[in-house]
Amino acid sequence: MLDALLSGDYPRSRALSALLLLIFVSLAFAPFLFPGTVAYQTYSKICVFIVLVASYDILLGYTSIVSFAHTMFFGIGAYAVAIALRDVGTGWDAVLLGTGVGLVISLLAGLAMGLLSLRVRAIFFALVTLAVASGFLILTFKLYTFTGGDDGIRFSVPRELRPSFKLLESDLTGFDVIGFLTTGSLQDALFKVSVNGRVVMYYLLFVICTLLFLLMLRVMNSPFGRVCQAIRENEFRAEAIGYRTVYFRTVNVCLAACIASLAGSLMALATRYAHPETFLSFGVMVNILLMTVIGGMGTLYGAVVGASLFLLAETYLQNGLGWVHARVEGIPLLADVLTPERWLMWLGILFVLSIYFFPKGIVGQLRVWAQARRARRSAGGDGETAAAPTLGRR
Amino acid sequence: MSAPPVLETEDLTIRFGGHVAVDRVSCKFYPGTLTSIVGPNGAGKTTYFNLISGQLPATSGTIRLFGEDITRLKAPARTHRGIGRAFQLTNLFPALSVLENVRLTVASRLRRGFDMFSMADRHRDVTERAMHYLERVALDKKADVAAAALPHGDQRKLEVALLLALEPEVFMFDEPTAGMSVDEVPVILDLIQEIRKQQDKTILLVEHKMDVVRSLSDRIIVLVNGRLVADGAPAEVIASPVVQEAYLGVAPAAAE
Repeated sequence: MLDALLSGDYPRSRALSALLLLIFVSLAFAPFLFPGTVAYQTYSKICVFIVLVASYDILLGYTSIVSFAHTMFFGIGAYAVAIALRDVGTGWDAVLLGTGVGLVISLLAGLAMGLLSLRVRAIFFALVTLAVASGFLILTFKLYTFTGGDDGIRFSVPRELRPSFKLLESDLTGFDVIGFLTTGSLQDALFKVSVNGRVVMYYLLFVICTLLFLLMLRVMNSPFGRVCQAIRENEFRAEAIGYRTVYFRTVNVCLAACIASLAGSLMALATRYAHPETFLSFGVMVNILLMTVIGGMGTLYGAVVGASLFLLAETYLQNGLGWVHARVEGIPLLADVLTPERWLMWLGILFVLSIYFFPKGIVGQLRVWAQARRARRSAGGDGETAAAPTLGRR
Repeated sequence: MSAPPVLETEDLTIRFGGHVAVDRVSCKFYPGTLTSIVGPNGAGKTTYFNLISGQLPATSGTIRLFGEDITRLKAPARTHRGIGRAFQLTNLFPALSVLENVRLTVASRLRRGFDMFSMADRHRDVTERAMHYLERVALDKKADVAAAALPHGDQRKLEVALLLALEPEVFMFDEPTAGMSVDEVPVILDLIQEIRKQQDKTILLVEHKMDVVRSLSDRIIVLVNGRLVADGAPAEVIASPVVQEAYLGVAPAAAE
């Protein structure tokens, strides 16, 4: 069962398994563990970004396709849903229509991009994607009547997803983990969870994101995924053993585009707002890139770890620093360095450190360590197999 | 030779700017025959190979496989029609396991590449066939090692395993034993000998070691400056003045 779900691609490191389990459980019960609006926005965003970053990893990590147009697909999905819900109606039919239209547009754009990679290679391809994405961003700003331009689009979602909708009459009880850990009081940590449209929205998002992630895990461990890896390793040889690589690259780009588009649709539904800054800007693109690299390229699990850590740091580093600052107030230099206003500097330092200590990304490095430990343990037995690094799976 | 040729090049030419690397080479290759292509460095042997297997587009001339004109086909299409190639410089998928390297090749032959929803590791038939080819090159014990971590000789063997896994009609070996240690060479030579004895496969071999060429070849063709200058039985070609002068004379060190 687990084997089929994970497609035989296990974390292969105990620390990583523990980390992934922690993230999965936290997200699965998030509305019951983390109270507050900021928390709600953060864990929703983490779910969406895990899928978005994973879909980027399919391109960059598995197939070595460098594209800067990934936010474009994210934005297409978001704007398609936003425009449908603004102009068609606020029912589920409008949601499905918007999502479907977004998917089709993303598929066509992905198809064009994939076939383009036949003509232009590597860095030139990356530059073309950059140009296309900037064009798209500018269009979104300029086509004011259609996209809302700089104001973005605010829209209503189906009744079942609105905060006023009650799924259960009575409230449930949640347990505030962070509150419990910081205050230590069991009584204060309990809070009321009203199972309203927001919770419904979150679980819709959580389930779809989980399915999409497992789908990507399956595709990347299928014969198709292996060919993608072969293209990354040696495209010339992949051609020589009979794979027409441009077709594989194109299908891959289309797949990543469609999944990014779905992620965009979900994110728009959850925030009920589409704006170029949150869906299309290059800041978002850079963040996706950072999350992919910090998590570990070509692993998919890297997207889970990278997106979670990055978004947590982005949201909570300032508060965390404030908490630390209060504790070191008396100490001269330390108190000055650890002020909440310097959170961006610390975020930067954290990234530099993570790249320095985890050059293969967090997931890649944890696997290297786990493998070294396995090799040490078996070193006494068979000298020859221990000497040559094996890949741990067939 | 009564059987029709499997592979044929007619006035095959490639020009890089002003330089003609392969110059109007016409040659027919027959089943059950191992043809060695010899010549000094820079004679165009590997370029001739690249033209046949599709890595380079011909400037002019025709390539026919089983009578079909394949001159305009790309490398993958030629591979699926039966042209298999092992490369001179080792050319593998470095971060993937030895087994995965071969499995990819088997999956290509079975046209499973676009299967997106089954687990690659569970295609038992693919794995079994891949292991079979690894056994033939004596690499089955290292199936789980990353290709990049193999010693050079083993990488050469894996290169040959990939060629076997394609199950081609035309086997193209480009210096298969280059850089191998003396005790590893027989594994590869025995394999080539075995394919040759099947009688129905066409084998093209580029090799610098003259003793290997002499013992394996049914026929030798000589390229000098991109031109075919001699063609015939091994003893007669090696003894011919044109080879003595052009080949042994230019590169005596490579002769032994």
